[in-house]
Amino acid sequence: MLEIKNLHVKLEEEDKVILRGVDLKIGAGEVHAIMGPNGSGKSTLSYVLSGRDGYEVTAGSATLDGAELLEMEPEDRAAAGLFLAFQYPVEIPGVGNMTFLRTAVNAQKKSRGEPEVSAADFLKLVREKAKTLKIDAEMLKRPVNVGFSGGEKKRNEILQMAMLEPRMCILDETDSGLDVDAMKLVSDGVNALRSEGRSFLVITHYQRLLDHIKPDVVHIMAAGRIIKTGGPELALEVENNGYADILNEVG
Amino acid sequence: MTMLETVDGTEVREGVDRETIETVQAMAGKYKYGWETEIEMDYAPKGLSEDIVRLISKKNNEPEWLLDWRLAAYQRWVKLEEPRWAMLNYPEIDYQDQFYYATPKSMAKKPKSLDEVDPKLLATYAKLGIPLKEQMLLAGVEGDAEPRKVAVDAVFDSVSVGTTFKAELAKAGVIFCSISEAVREHPDLVKQYLGSVVPPSDNFFATLNSAVFSDGSFVYIPKGTRCPMELSTYFRINAENTGQFERTLIVCDEGAYVSYLEGCTAPKRDTNQLHAAVVEIVILKDAEVKYSTVQNWYPGDENGVGGIYNFVTKRADCRGDRAKVMWTQVETGSAITWKYPSCILRGDDSQGEFYSIAIANNAQQADTGTKMVHLGKRTKSRIVSKGISAGRAQNTYRGLVSMHPKAKDSRNYTQCDSLLIGDKCGAHTVPYIEVRNNSSRVEHEATTSKVDDDQLFYCRSRGMDEEEAVALVVNGFCKEVLQALPMEFAMEAQSLVAISLEGSVG
Repeated sequence: MLEIKNLHVKLEEEDKVILRGVDLKIGAGEVHAIMGPNGSGKSTLSYVLSGRDGYEVTAGSATLDGAELLEMEPEDRAAAGLFLAFQYPVEIPGVGNMTFLRTAVNAQKKSRGEPEVSAADFLKLVREKAKTLKIDAEMLKRPVNVGFSGGEKKRNEILQMAMLEPRMCILDETDSGLDVDAMKLVSDGVNALRSEGRSFLVITHYQRLLDHIKPDVVHIMAAGRIIKTGGPELALEVENNGYADILNEVG
Repeated sequence: MTMLETVDGTEVREGVDRETIETVQAMAGKYKYGWETEIEMDYAPKGLSEDIVRLISKKNNEPEWLLDWRLAAYQRWVKLEEPRWAMLNYPEIDYQDQFYYATPKSMAKKPKSLDEVDPKLLATYAKLGIPLKEQMLLAGVEGDAEPRKVAVDAVFDSVSVGTTFKAELAKAGVIFCSISEAVREHPDLVKQYLGSVVPPSDNFFATLNSAVFSDGSFVYIPKGTRCPMELSTYFRINAENTGQFERTLIVCDEGAYVSYLEGCTAPKRDTNQLHAAVVEIVILKDAEVKYSTVQNWYPGDENGVGGIYNFVTKRADCRGDRAKVMWTQVETGSAITWKYPSCILRGDDSQGEFYSIAIANNAQQADTGTKMVHLGKRTKSRIVSKGISAGRAQNTYRGLVSMHPKAKDSRNYTQCDSLLIGDKCGAHTVPYIEVRNNSSRVEHEATTSKVDDDQLFYCRSRGMDEEEAVALVVNGFCKEVLQALPMEFAMEAQSLVAISLEGSVG
């Protein structure tokens, strides 16, 4: 599914290197977690994969089913099946949530040469998916993320994910700012989307999200590299002992 | 395979209809309505003189009083200087180097009904998507499949080609016809109201219009009548080197209501063309008028070559108590826009509203806004202006709010938002506020923002391309104004916003 090789990234405007050779391979249907201290480059990795401006790839590659992602426009990456659930979802005043969703779904369909969904079918589908995430009709009408609480924003990201049906989902600190109930809702939403053909990369600071979304593989990232890879037990180790031990161990 | 000819550099294959190619090109290009109708025209001689004024009056079979009215305007205009206070930069207009009257030859004998109108003209409006058959319009919106009727007066260069639903409107007592016809058929009404809101002496362009206006629309809604359908005028400039000077007069009698729509387009040319219109609205006691415009004149190309010079005077006079007017405009076209639809709030408790979206892309320049003149007691006005600048365009909001001494306890609220796309364009806000009593309240809020990269990236990461993303964000920015438009117009305006901003990013 997703294969990242020797990825080096610096900031475009400054001489600041952020990723120093990231290697990562995620198979179809797998859930990988990346944990790491602040500033380790976790969020940068998610932005670079989804095509945000401001970063310069100095070496390496990232392919989705063999297609080079790093040369594509962000919208083409989305159409190819990549989705990023933002750590800080962006507000778009005046644009209804429903309009936004429908524009996005149809844009992807169009770029894949598929027919657009009819308004009636779309409405039915959104309502169904929104219900499981406890997103009510009123929230679907409100402008995208404007005045949403932290939990609402994250649930909205998962709703977008459910509607767009990506094959490779990246969750960038989706647990930040969530209380226990909201975390449960979001995790249930994600778990409902797990399938053989869909993979996840869950970026998080804390182990607690991984209690809900059980990963197959856990990676520890520090200073722009993946320094250790293991099973779910690695997350527990971080939870109990912090990052210091692992960092010392690796040197 | 034989290459037969080329259309704008595209090879046309044998068997392929030339018009099909043009239609496809028109669709693909940024400006959808840039094509031209090939039709034989009658022109008045080039330039402007007393003789031309007499000729236009004669062509319309006008009575003596109107000819005198025009001639007086002409004599005044000759002595006037073109105003240059707007933030607009354009070369001097040579008023002698254009035609003031152009009409299709087939219109020489006035068609009695739409069935007699030249098929070429009917085809033109069909291609523009303007129905000249008296058919139901379906609003293509979920949950609102209610068929609706819209009556159309179609103006082609200097003449009105025809007006639909006249008979049905007449049953309700509503008069809807071309102004030239109104002069002949309803002289008393025209004489009473023409020039009573925008006098011939009002300003340079209004004076010019008074001298040479060739046609336009006339509306009269009788006392207590709610107009049974929406009325609209569609202006098409087709002839080259020809100015369009139309005049619209709407009279809404006591307790009456009408919603009126106006649309306009012109062919793509590399010369500039002048459009100097006047719209006058008289609103009596307890009456209400909604006037919506989607202005889509040819804006010129990316380098600022060609495009319409749009100098328009629009004014509504709330003459009676509790009269209401609402102007909504979506200005996307024209190389130059100079336009300030205004409200004279004369009656006590009368209300004026102005909702505007002005988009200027490439080398377009817009200087537009409104005037709210509060004369009556407890009068209220509201201004919501959304200016969007892209490319190298300059966009100015210019507005006057004036509270006269007798306009006690009056209120105005102004919200003026500017959005910049890119870093070579400009947005300017020039509010004039005069308050001459101490019980009135005027509020003015203004913001300027840039289309945010984070918003664009967010949209693109969900699969929208850059232009779609910009269109979505901008439509969100304009939402309050789009909501003020009648449904069909709102949808048209939304897609127009997207088209107007093509090429503004990247």
